[in-house]
Amino acid sequence: MVEPPHRRRAHTRTRDLERYAGLFAERTGVMRSSAMRDLMAITARPEVISLAGGLPDTSTFPAGTFAAQMTRIAQESAAEALQYGPTEGFAETVDCILQVMGAEGMLPDPDDVIVTTGGQQAIDLVCKTLLDPGDVVICEAPTYPGAVPVFCSYQAEVVQIDCDADGMRIEQLEEVLARLDGEGRRPKFVYSVPSFQNPAGVTLSLERRRRLVELARERELLVVEDNPYGLLRFGGEPLPPLYQLEGGDFVIYVGTFSKILSPGIRLGWAVAPPPVMEKIVLGKQASDLCTSTLTQYFVREYFAEGRWREYVESLVGIYRARRDAMLAALREHFPAEATWTEPEGGLFIWATLPGYIDSSDLLAKALREDVAFVPGQAAYAEEGRGRSSMRLNFSGVGEAEIREGIRRIGVAVAEQVELYGALTGDGQSAEHSPGMPGRSQAEPGSPVADAPWEDMPADSKTKPLSGPGHDLIPPGPDKGAVLPFRKKENTG
Amino acid sequence: MKVAVLKGGRSLERGVSLRSGARVEDAVERLGHEPIPVDAGGDMVKRLTAASPDVAFVAMHGQGGEDGTAQELLEILGIPFTGPGVAACARCMDKVAAKRSLRAAGVPTPDWFAFSETAFRELGAADALGALGERLGFPLVVKPSRGGSALGVKFAASWFEVPEALVSAFSYDDRVLLERFVEGRELAVSVLGSEPLPVVEAIPADGDRFDFEARYEIGRTEFVCPAQLSADETSAVTAAALRAYDELGCSGFSRVDLILAADAPQVLEVNAVPGLTDTSLLPQAAEAAGLSFEELVERILDLALQPAPA
Repeated sequence: MVEPPHRRRAHTRTRDLERYAGLFAERTGVMRSSAMRDLMAITARPEVISLAGGLPDTSTFPAGTFAAQMTRIAQESAAEALQYGPTEGFAETVDCILQVMGAEGMLPDPDDVIVTTGGQQAIDLVCKTLLDPGDVVICEAPTYPGAVPVFCSYQAEVVQIDCDADGMRIEQLEEVLARLDGEGRRPKFVYSVPSFQNPAGVTLSLERRRRLVELARERELLVVEDNPYGLLRFGGEPLPPLYQLEGGDFVIYVGTFSKILSPGIRLGWAVAPPPVMEKIVLGKQASDLCTSTLTQYFVREYFAEGRWREYVESLVGIYRARRDAMLAALREHFPAEATWTEPEGGLFIWATLPGYIDSSDLLAKALREDVAFVPGQAAYAEEGRGRSSMRLNFSGVGEAEIREGIRRIGVAVAEQVELYGALTGDGQSAEHSPGMPGRSQAEPGSPVADAPWEDMPADSKTKPLSGPGHDLIPPGPDKGAVLPFRKKENTG
Repeated sequence: MKVAVLKGGRSLERGVSLRSGARVEDAVERLGHEPIPVDAGGDMVKRLTAASPDVAFVAMHGQGGEDGTAQELLEILGIPFTGPGVAACARCMDKVAAKRSLRAAGVPTPDWFAFSETAFRELGAADALGALGERLGFPLVVKPSRGGSALGVKFAASWFEVPEALVSAFSYDDRVLLERFVEGRELAVSVLGSEPLPVVEAIPADGDRFDFEARYEIGRTEFVCPAQLSADETSAVTAAALRAYDELGCSGFSRVDLILAADAPQVLEVNAVPGLTDTSLLPQAAEAAGLSFEELVERILDLALQPAPA
């Protein structure tokens, strides 16, 4: 439908762009549009099986419950529900938050809790409170793709610590901390998604949780624990959150209702020590005064029904079956050279292909077959890393679609593996005769004098992920280096 | 006048096309016409038949919209359309076919070799790569033959980067070309009807010509229009662009991308339906020539409605 002309903005001219360019803040310089973003635009086509999103399944939420609760709010508290609320959130919302945190064994002081507009705002407010331009933030490699743009918008330098099947490699964290000490720099915080991480699906082991918490106490180092998926555990023993292990002095906790109820209500929270919370509240006041009153009323009504755990359990059942379907499909359709994580919960599997496959290009090929995923580079601040990996979401679509989607990606991958084999004489091996091109580790434009593959064992990317010590991504040349800030797409 | 604006489609450049299309619709309306937005899909023919527009503005980029497919359908439906015709679109979209035509006509274009995926899978073409590197030298550029913008285009600095670059390029098309890398200034000449518009120069902000992503990122590539060229350079560049445009049979409007090497300009490719977004090069060039976007759109529509030359 054509909009009426008076609502149309005049088109932008080159001169307009130049005029505004002089007004933009320096931090917008790292916000960029990219070819990948254009590719992601195509994933929204209805015929595309999208394993790209991070969407929880909201289709089984009982519509009748939703209608009854909203009706009750309208009939009994319309004036209040349509009014502003306190910046910190309503006490009743905090009660609900305490129930959710209690389910994982945490007992925070209600005064340490602030209700936010989704967990994303909690991350933003923590950054707003703690970061000056040039400050160092440490996070996992790969990390939540939606966190990178937040760190970048505060002009932080992002240092990423490799993950293996047991989560962030704490010994590498210690090395990086020691090196930063030597440079006289102190990271402002360590950001971690310890349970069923986005995007890797891995969970920080108990031993590493303990060590991370010890480090936080020894060094008075802040840890931001982002835990959207903790209650979505499909099997195995629950692990204590960092917040619980540490006691809340050096762990800032970020939670959300998005994955246990609905992302559409935009309701999350942060728990922080009082001096930090005081600043976060001021920051929140400046950002949006308060979180939606209406959705807080909805959550209050919903929790009063007392069946929120049941709903989470039903989601766990749905997601477990979908994860199993995806793992089975990966075993059936992905080549022997590929590896992937086997998450015990959450929404994501992280798959890594042979190093000569660029997952952004593979996405273009996959889109012709109407299937989409998130290329791995979105989870890295450093350009060039994660190129051969992909994030696969199993919560957003049904099992039949998951199987078909993985099959199609598998076909595209198999074609590339076969082609690379034909190009090099042997796709599986890094041994090449002189004059025969092989896998490159060189940066574009740099001279390649010696055989560059020699320090890269042929099987280094093909071992199954069975335990600690095996990186999800073979480390790049600048492992753990302090990087200039880069903005990537928010694909979460 | 009813103007169907064809946009979107299934192409990888869908995003850019939707932005081009929206902007064209806006201009069509300001010109006092009735825009009929058509997101090209399974119902395109039905919608066009039902709307019976006086003319179709093709604002689609990449496969389906820039390769002659949509144009062929418009011919069948008897709807006049903007930009080049079926044959010219098909030739421009296929870089290998385009370069062959240009080379045959004596229009300078960098040396290249083209390979199909079958050549590697079934005919052992990998064994020919060694000889080929000696002929083209390094770095060389690997491109999908039919690909839009910079998608799948990679530099290979040495042998060892060629297979990976080929795997990337073959993700977009079953034919790729390996092209000699020509050092020089990156220029674009848009042609409107038969008139060249002022030359645009793309200057990578950090001097990184090896990063095609940079072209997408506001601030990492600076565009200068008109380009700072001598009168001789301008006429050489413009002449080469016009010859390429004519050789490939373009009409209406198109954009020719060139490299100005030390000795002479070399034509890289011709974009049959170049971008028309806020940051696209053709509208910038038109503006430098004193044409507003509305005037540009009006002129393109006029050209589409002119009787075909006998």
